[in-house]
Amino acid sequence: MSIISLIIKREFIAKVRNKSFVVMTFLSPLLFVAVAGFIGYLSSMKAETKQIGIHDETGLFAGDFVKQNKKDSEFHYLDLSNIDVKFLKDSIVKENLDGLIVIPKEDLENKTEYISNNSPSINFIENTQDIIASKITKLNLEKAQLDTLAIQKAQANINIHLAKSSGEESLKGLNEIKIAIGGAFGYLIMMFIIIYGNMVMRSVIEEKTNRIIEIIISSVKPFQLMIGKIVGTSLAGLLQFTIWAIIGLGLMFAASGFFGVNVGPTAKIPPELMQSAQHELSGTAQMYITELWNLPIAGIIIGFIVYFIGGYFLYSSFYAAIGAAVDNQTDSQQFLLPIIMPLILSVYIGFFTVVNDPHGTVAVIFSMIPLTSPIVMLMRIPFGVPWWQIAISVLLLFATFFLVVWFAAKIYRVGILMYGKKPTWKELYKWLKY
Amino acid sequence: MSNLLEVHKVVKKYGDYVALNEVSLNVPKGSIYGLLGPNGAGKTSLIRIINQITLPDSGEVILDGERLQPKHVQTIGYLPEERGLYSSMKVGEQCLYLAQMKGLSKDEAKKQLDYWFDRLGIQGWWNKKIQELSKGMAQKIQFVVCVLHKPKLLILDEPFSGFDPVNANVIKDEILALKEQGSTIIFSTHRMESVEELCENIALIHKSNKLIEGKVADVKRQFRTNSFEVGILTNNVEGLMYDITQKFTVSPANFKSLNEDLKLNIQIGNASPNELLHVLTQRGQVTHFVEKIPSVNDIFIQTVTS
Repeated sequence: MSIISLIIKREFIAKVRNKSFVVMTFLSPLLFVAVAGFIGYLSSMKAETKQIGIHDETGLFAGDFVKQNKKDSEFHYLDLSNIDVKFLKDSIVKENLDGLIVIPKEDLENKTEYISNNSPSINFIENTQDIIASKITKLNLEKAQLDTLAIQKAQANINIHLAKSSGEESLKGLNEIKIAIGGAFGYLIMMFIIIYGNMVMRSVIEEKTNRIIEIIISSVKPFQLMIGKIVGTSLAGLLQFTIWAIIGLGLMFAASGFFGVNVGPTAKIPPELMQSAQHELSGTAQMYITELWNLPIAGIIIGFIVYFIGGYFLYSSFYAAIGAAVDNQTDSQQFLLPIIMPLILSVYIGFFTVVNDPHGTVAVIFSMIPLTSPIVMLMRIPFGVPWWQIAISVLLLFATFFLVVWFAAKIYRVGILMYGKKPTWKELYKWLKY
Repeated sequence: MSNLLEVHKVVKKYGDYVALNEVSLNVPKGSIYGLLGPNGAGKTSLIRIINQITLPDSGEVILDGERLQPKHVQTIGYLPEERGLYSSMKVGEQCLYLAQMKGLSKDEAKKQLDYWFDRLGIQGWWNKKIQELSKGMAQKIQFVVCVLHKPKLLILDEPFSGFDPVNANVIKDEILALKEQGSTIIFSTHRMESVEELCENIALIHKSNKLIEGKVADVKRQFRTNSFEVGILTNNVEGLMYDITQKFTVSPANFKSLNEDLKLNIQIGNASPNELLHVLTQRGQVTHFVEKIPSVNDIFIQTVTS
C-alpha cells in the first residue's frame, strides 16, 4: 500500500510541476472566457432585416403578412400585388428583394410559391404556411356560415395536473429539470474523461520513453504502478478542474461586470413590475423550489461523486492499457476510437432513452453496463432508482475497473519484451494468454 | 561456501522461440559471477527472470535458500543494460523515490544517498534534472540507485559502458568494495578483460543453453591445451627442430623477449613438461618457458564458434 501511495505522490507532483500543466491551468480559463465572450458578441449582433415581397393575386393574405411587420423583426413584408411577377423575379436577381411569396388565384393550397436565391429557414416557411392556412380556415368557416367566435369559445383547453401516488402534487417541467441535472453531471464526466484520459496514457508510456521501465518493474508490480498512475494523474486532473471552475466563475463575473451586463435575468425589470410578477409567480415558484428540494439531492451528489470516480477510473484504466501496449503516442491512435464510442453512446442513450422512459428496460440495462453506467445511471438517479440497482451497477463498475487494470498490468509486463514493435489487436490477444 | 542464488532447469519460451533451455546456475555467496554469452544468447531473459520481471515457464529460482518471491525484489539491485531515469525529475528526488520503492525509509534513503554522493563526489547534483546531465553522469546516478538499498544480490548488465576510463575505474573499485562488504554480484558483459580481472566464477550461455560454468581457474584448466611458449638460443636450429617434432607438435610463436631467440609453441599432449625441457636443454639455452593458459576471451570464442 505504501508503495502505491508513493507512486501516487510522484505522479501527482510530476504532473503538477510540469510547465505545460501550469500554463494550461491558468491559460485555459482565459481562452474559454475569450471564446465565450466572442460568441456572445457575435450573437448579440442584429441580423439584417430581410425584405420579403408578397404578390397576392387573391388580395386576401397580403394584409395579414404586412400586419406582422414590427420594428425589430427579421422579416419585413411588402405588399407588391400590383407589380408584375416577372419584374419582381428580376428584382430578386438584382437583390432588391430577399424573397418573394407568390399566391395564385387558383389552387393556392398547392401552387403557392416562395422564390428566393437563399434557402429559407424552416421556421420562416412554417410561419408563412400558418398565416395562409389559418386565413383560409377562417374564410372556410365563414363560407360555411359558422360563427367563428362561437367556435373559438367552444375550443377546450386542458391542463393535466401531475401527482404521485403518495398524494403530493408534482409539477410539469420538473422532468426537464431532472434531465438537465443528470445530463450536466453526465457531460461533466465525459468531458473529464476525454481531457484527462490521455494524460493517464502518456504517463504510462513515460517509463518506456525514459527507458526506466526495467528498474521500475524490478521494484514494483505493474498492477501497483498502474493503480498509482491512474490515481495520481486523476488527482492532478481534479486539481486542475477545480482551479478552472474557480477561475472560470471569477472571470465570468468580472467580465459581465466589465461589459455592464447584469448577471441574472430580473435585473432590468422595474421594481413595481417585479413585485407584481413575483406575487403571481411565487405560488408556482415556491412549489418548484420545494419540489427541487424533494429531489434525492444527497443521492444525486453522492451518486455523482461515486460515478465520477468510478467512471473516470474505468476509462483511465483503458487508456492505461493502451499506454501499456504501445511505445509512443502516435501508435495509440488506432486503439482510441473503441474507447470514445461507448462514451458517446451513453450520452445518446441518456438524452433519448432515459428522457422518454427512465425506468424502461433499455435505460436499466445500460445503467448496469460498466462502460455506460456512469453517465446513464447519473441521469436516472433524479427520477428515483431502487438502491439495489445502484448497488449492482457500482459494484460492476469498480469490479470492471480492477479487472481492466489487471489486464493493463499484464499487457504492460509482456509489452516490455516488445520494444520498438507496433502491436496489433491479434498480438494483444496473444499476450493475454501468457 | 553456500550459494546465494541457484537457478534450476529454467525454461523460457516466447511463442515458439526457446530463449532458455533448462538453464541451471549456482552463484556462490560473496562472489563476483560473470554471466557471458554472445548477443541473443538468453542472458537478459535470465536476468529478467531473476528480477521477477518475467516468470519462467518451468524450473525454479532459489535466492538465499528460499524460492524466489515478490519480497525478494528488495534484496536485489539491478543495473539494466537499457539505461534510463525520469528525465524531468530532479536527481535527488528521483533517487529518494527509487530507493523508497526498494523499501528504504525516507530518512534511511537520504542517509545512504549522502554517503554515496559524497563517495562519488557528486554532491552538487542533487537539484539537477537528469536531462541536464551527460550520459556518463546519468550513468553514475544509475549505479548509485541500484546499490542504495544494500542489496544482497547485485546484477550489473554492462556496468562500464558509457564510462570514461577514469570513471570506469571508480566504478570497478566500488564493485570490489561492495564485494568485500559481502554483496554477491552477477556481472554480465562482453568485455572479457574485465571478466578476467573481476570474476571468480563464470558461466557461458550460448543459443539458450548453458555450456560452461565454474570457477575461472577450473574452466581454464578444462580448456588448457598443454601448450608451452618456448624461447631458446641455439646454434643448431635444424637439429633442435628434428628432436622436438619427433615427439611434439610445433608451431611458430609470437611473444616479446629481449633475446634473439627462437620462439615456438609446443604442444606436449600427454607428456610431462619435464620431458620437453629435457629435450630443449640438450640443444640450447632456454630463455622462456611458459604454459599457454587460455584467456576467457579464447574460451569464449572457441566455445561459441565450435
